Amino acid sequence: MAGHMKELTKGIFKENPTFIIMLGMCPTLGVTTQVFNAFGMGASVLFVLLGSNMIISALRKVIPDAIRIPAYIVVIASFVTIVEMVLHAYVPAVYDALGVYLPLIVVNCIILGRAEAFANKNTVLDSALDAIGMGIGFTLALSLIAAIREVIGAGTITLLNLSETQRVVITLPGISESPVRVMTLAAGALLLMGYLKAFFNWNTGRKAKGGESA
Amino acid sequence: MSYIGIIVTYVFVQNFILVQFMGLCPFIGVSKSSESAIGMGVAVTFVTAVASVVCYAVYTYLLIPFDLAYLQTISFILVIAALVQMVEMVIRKMSPSLYKALGIYLPLITTNCAVLGIAIINIDEGYNMLESFCAGLAAGLGFTLAIVLMSNIREKLELTPVRRSFRGVPIAFVSAGLMALAFMSFDRSLLANLHLA
Repeated sequence: MAGHMKELTKGIFKENPTFIIMLGMCPTLGVTTQVFNAFGMGASVLFVLLGSNMIISALRKVIPDAIRIPAYIVVIASFVTIVEMVLHAYVPAVYDALGVYLPLIVVNCIILGRAEAFANKNTVLDSALDAIGMGIGFTLALSLIAAIREVIGAGTITLLNLSETQRVVITLPGISESPVRVMTLAAGALLLMGYLKAFFNWNTGRKAKGGESA
Repeated sequence: MSYIGIIVTYVFVQNFILVQFMGLCPFIGVSKSSESAIGMGVAVTFVTAVASVVCYAVYTYLLIPFDLAYLQTISFILVIAALVQMVEMVIRKMSPSLYKALGIYLPLITTNCAVLGIAIINIDEGYNMLESFCAGLAAGLGFTLAIVLMSNIREKLELTPVRRSFRGVPIAFVSAGLMALAFMSFDRSLLANLHLA
């Protein structure tokens, strides 16, 4: 069981898809203007990753090696279409907020990367756990980036935004009167990503050094 | 919007990398030398232009008449994958030297968000075939502009003392952020001033 748990937890910290492996950057920066959008994107990616990882793992002995990439893409695209249709039907606010980044989950490197690096070599259970771990790690990373961007850029934290009546927004006094708007724009996202990546580099470097001396 | 308006929009105002974050993976991964950046840029421009037209045709003449619009995502990604594969084969036959230069970047383009992104944006914006072609071409040119500028910056960065934790990817992101700050000056008012909006 401990071995299975490792597949689950590695995606959250040690092999975090966003900060450590640096995959799937486009949606990471594109939708993180509000915390709620980050939840929506994270949940969508988690579902697609779970579905595609399980199917690909189950079919790993059937799919010929030469055409495996197109086969994976078809599986992934099918799950993305399911997510698109479900969101469009039941939560149109999220569908509108994610916009073009929703179909772009198809080309999110995390999903194809996990299919290629993990699901086609491991059992269905391990692949499912790997997908859940990676999905949670991705959602946490997205939420962190979105929280920083929204707090500095708008002075609010949007936890729920389904319609005008169904909204939970925490407004921070002080910063919401004069927010640093650039953080919600493209430039702020890229700068923040650079600083966060540098922080994680510094952190791993420090840990490695600590390990040597201990 | 006029054709020139569309081109200015997607090269500057809605630059795919610096404003819309599409194609960030190759932007960070392939921008270490200006030579490979130009190769990647040319290959992406070619594919976005052709993919825009082909996806538009597939959507308008195949999916709409048969009432299959919900298959948009699946059909577009398959069209793009097939197209990239075909471009690879044609270039290999027609011009082995160009194939050598672009070879390794071509398969990567299938998973470049920019290609699928522009195909979907064309449909969302309701462009016709020629407008789609212009948008695709312009998106590719905008990508090329950004990645070539970035590769020049990174070549300079190699010779600059940078703190250890910032070396490599982090400083590339920070430079891209500063570049995006400069691109913020290209906004809708630019189009209005040029009488293109």
